[in-house]
Amino acid sequence: MKKCSRQRFFEEKNRQKERKGAADSAVEGADDAEDKEMSDRVKIRKSSGYGESFRAAFPHTIPVLTGYLFIGMAFGVMIQEKGYNFLWAMFMSLCCYAGSGQYLAVNFFVPGVSFLQMIFMEFMVNIRHIFYGLSRLERFSKMGKKRWYMIFSLTDETYSLLYITKTPEGMDESKFLFAIAVLDQSYWILGSGIGALLGEWLPFDGTGIDFAMTALFVVILVEQWMEEKKRLFELIGLGCGLFCLLVFGAENFILPTMLLMMAVLLSGKQLFMREKEEEGHAD
Amino acid sequence: MQISVFRSLMIIAVVAGTIFFTRLFPFLFFPPGKKIPPMVQYLGKVLPPAVIGMLVIYCLKEVQLTAYPYGIPEAVSVLAVVLLHLWKRNNLLSIGAGTVLYMFLVQTVFTA
Repeated sequence: MKKCSRQRFFEEKNRQKERKGAADSAVEGADDAEDKEMSDRVKIRKSSGYGESFRAAFPHTIPVLTGYLFIGMAFGVMIQEKGYNFLWAMFMSLCCYAGSGQYLAVNFFVPGVSFLQMIFMEFMVNIRHIFYGLSRLERFSKMGKKRWYMIFSLTDETYSLLYITKTPEGMDESKFLFAIAVLDQSYWILGSGIGALLGEWLPFDGTGIDFAMTALFVVILVEQWMEEKKRLFELIGLGCGLFCLLVFGAENFILPTMLLMMAVLLSGKQLFMREKEEEGHAD
Repeated sequence: MQISVFRSLMIIAVVAGTIFFTRLFPFLFFPPGKKIPPMVQYLGKVLPPAVIGMLVIYCLKEVQLTAYPYGIPEAVSVLAVVLLHLWKRNNLLSIGAGTVLYMFLVQTVFTA
């Protein structure tokens, strides 16, 4: 039944393409992607409730599922080593929800760290989040009360995912984006709990497990590298980061890096935007 | 636990509050209806890929190139993640294998 309607969509789409005079070979190349898109659309047309939204969002969140289980587990192991059980780990992941921010916070659970120091360090590590929101302003403002959760849950990974994921046609966008955000945090909470339990039950040497966070960002970097127009900006980030690390040292280089990056990006605005437009024409 | 339950909860509250504030910041200063300056829109577009580059440097900030083990475990593991990802493009494989490789290197090969 589904196959029939899918077939019909297909033929219709092909006919449209022929009318437009598109080359046959190009149509064939795009067949698979279109086929999948069509079946998604058929499924979604029936309804657009929360259940449907979560079902449609799940496949898109699988990359974050794998990443979050790992780095969430790493966090769980680390906080467990400070004497906090899985309930603490999960509670913290529910309230705080930030990879690097929580890794950093593990160091606060010892005597002698002042609250002012904590606020300053957390602010420095998470200052990049200020800029994430900028590109989400319009979208989130249309989401009613759900926008508060969207703002709360705007982690590096959720941000990247929202950035690259297109809402399927016919789907309520705010429910779809909300579903992505909720699924992502549930993986994070689950990973933290599993990590804390594993650390308790089978004590093992967790040295180096925090490399999961590095690996995650490297993977995102490689993914974005494949989109050619982002390479230049990634290189600017790498270059400014490296420069400021050498000049200011490991403890204080995040703020100068952000400022330097903004200066470079703003001073080169016209050049960068022109290049982007040219690439657009080439396509 | 080296500190009291109350202080632990306070720490979580402070950390949660600070993190939420950084995310809320742009929404407080550019509420819906207020026109977002073109410069801010531009930054919202180009800054995120740059920030990912910065984050990779941030993750590797503790690496000492001039002292043993000269950043070799990090270099080898990052290279493995990149190559694995270019080859298979599977996030779990790239992150998982890279992390296990790094843990193996720092625990057994390059011990202090």
